[in-house]
Amino acid sequence: MSGLRVLVGCKRVIDYAVKIRVRPDKMGVVTDGVKHSMNPFDEIAIEEAVRLKEKKLASEVIAVSCGPPQCQETLRTAMAMGADKSIHVEIDLATYEKMSPLHVAKLLSKIAQDNKVDLILLGKQAIDGDCNQTGQMTAALLDWPQATCASSIEKTNGDIKVVKEVDGGLETVKVKLPAVVTTDLRLNEPRYATLPNIMKAKKKPMEKKKPVDYGVDIDPRQKVVSVEDPPTREAGQKLDNVQDLVTKLKEQGLLTS
Amino acid sequence: MAACRRIFSVSSHILSKLRNQSINIPWQSRTMVTGSCIDPALGLTDEQKQIQQLAADFACNEMFPHMAEWDQKEIFPVDTMREAAKLGFGAVYCSEKYGGTGLTRLDASIIFEALSHGCCSTTAYISIHNMCAWMVDEFGTEELKQRWIPCLAAMDKFASYCLTEPGSGSDAASLVTSAKKDGSDYVLNGAKAFISGAGETDVYLVMCRTGGAGPKGISCVMVEKDTPGLSFGKKEKKVGWNSHPCRIVSFDDCRVPQSNLLGSEGQGFNIAMRGLNGGRVNVASCSLGAAQASIEQARDHLKVRKQFGSLLADFQYLQFRLAEMSTKVVTSRLLVRKAAQALQENSPDAVALCSMAKLFVTEECFQVCNDAMQMFGGYGYLKDYPVQQYVRDTRVHCILEGTNEMMRMLVSRDVLKER
Repeated sequence: MSGLRVLVGCKRVIDYAVKIRVRPDKMGVVTDGVKHSMNPFDEIAIEEAVRLKEKKLASEVIAVSCGPPQCQETLRTAMAMGADKSIHVEIDLATYEKMSPLHVAKLLSKIAQDNKVDLILLGKQAIDGDCNQTGQMTAALLDWPQATCASSIEKTNGDIKVVKEVDGGLETVKVKLPAVVTTDLRLNEPRYATLPNIMKAKKKPMEKKKPVDYGVDIDPRQKVVSVEDPPTREAGQKLDNVQDLVTKLKEQGLLTS
Repeated sequence: MAACRRIFSVSSHILSKLRNQSINIPWQSRTMVTGSCIDPALGLTDEQKQIQQLAADFACNEMFPHMAEWDQKEIFPVDTMREAAKLGFGAVYCSEKYGGTGLTRLDASIIFEALSHGCCSTTAYISIHNMCAWMVDEFGTEELKQRWIPCLAAMDKFASYCLTEPGSGSDAASLVTSAKKDGSDYVLNGAKAFISGAGETDVYLVMCRTGGAGPKGISCVMVEKDTPGLSFGKKEKKVGWNSHPCRIVSFDDCRVPQSNLLGSEGQGFNIAMRGLNGGRVNVASCSLGAAQASIEQARDHLKVRKQFGSLLADFQYLQFRLAEMSTKVVTSRLLVRKAAQALQENSPDAVALCSMAKLFVTEECFQVCNDAMQMFGGYGYLKDYPVQQYVRDTRVHCILEGTNEMMRMLVSRDVLKER
């Protein structure tokens, strides 16, 4: 039985450790000169795909990223971790900043069809938008089953068994392939790329595409009105007993008597 | 790369704080200097940035949390170094033919600079190991290379460099450890001093006298541990560099096969000096990394600590001090990378440049670490804070791999030469 063809989405986001600053024009956050890296959930997705390849369950791992030229750094990281090839869908910065998960989902579903992909692995959400939508939308567009927030993936004869992390605990689902799976934090611990792999990644193919190549319209459907800092935290009040608490809550109109 | 690892270690750090476990290492903040004038990634190619990021992530996740413990308990972190070797850090500039990573001297400098943030002392030993691996790769017979490069690259075996003796430090060419031919062996007699790794490493590259007096009578011979006649003195107690042992190595009728000779007889001094050129770039890179880490930590402290109603970062004196420190770090970086490049290209000025880089960078970067410690006030003197370890570890860089006085000699010799 030939192995699965796996597509992995990799988003270039502001590094998690950076102190985010709102732009003076209040239309976004400062990204110029700010440290960026691969979305941590996407690193987990790449790691899982590479492990599937090592177990001989996957035959090819394709990394994809949509955005400005700097996305190529993220793709090179993905290839250094073990992806076989990558696709860069080039989108200029201004348009990229106005993109939303539906646009990405449309692109990913076309790419998956073009490349005859069996499994799409995505991070459950990106740490900048925190939307947690792209995986689900991609599955809907393709009419494929989805398993989100995966904490373990097991291949069993044409299906996959996925343990999902849900609010109530862990839910195990059996999913027919082709499918979309989104990764959660505890799925695996991503490897370091090795120096030899970093050097080999230079020789791996990187396809350059544009949204028009896939016939996807990425005109913005939403308009950002403003971006602001969260309100500065105000001092709280220490109360002596429960009676005081109830009185205060009533005063603020937070309790219906 | 490995942003996830950091998130994992961040959450486990929080968990252990919650469980009230006392951790001596202060909160490991990931300082952001990206885009500033002291960003170590400035001027690097994309591939070099990837390499640097890998080393920085490894240092942050695998080394920094243990740096204080390795120093205080004098632990030789074999497992961590082997993890580093798996990534290709064991034989960075040895050729790929027998298992080296095949990168350039500049790549090595970038790597050691980044790793030093995690632990300057351990990185310095890793660079010594790399230097020895290169000497085998460059001067060894095919048999020796096949035998040693793979296990040195993987750090299955560790190496030590033995030149200094109790009676010959700067005057290295006056060494007296002898190697007399007997049948198909050399019989070594003598002692080496201040040998890093001695007693725990597996192979010793020994500069010994096979011929007459002076540099031309010196050869380089590989001696394996457990060879009869090889013994070690007590483990020295040092001010810094505590994550690897330092001992006297004694040879008493120590017999090694003549096939363990690197290069040819009489070439040993040349081999030692050529190894040291790279070693000097490496040790300067370690100083640079420690200085960069110190300046980043001091910067964070200035933005948090208040006295006299203001943040320390608002006092002009400290701002100016920080600017001076930053300038020292950036000039050091330029010089070290230029020297690495010159060495890679075998330029005629390579030896002088490497000496200049070692001289300038080790001095300046020690000062930067020291200044950073001053900025921390009393806290800087506590072993809970890493900055004192960077100070102690970088102090010795001004002394070994050729004292800075010897570096001055090499540079002046180059300048005064009749051309």
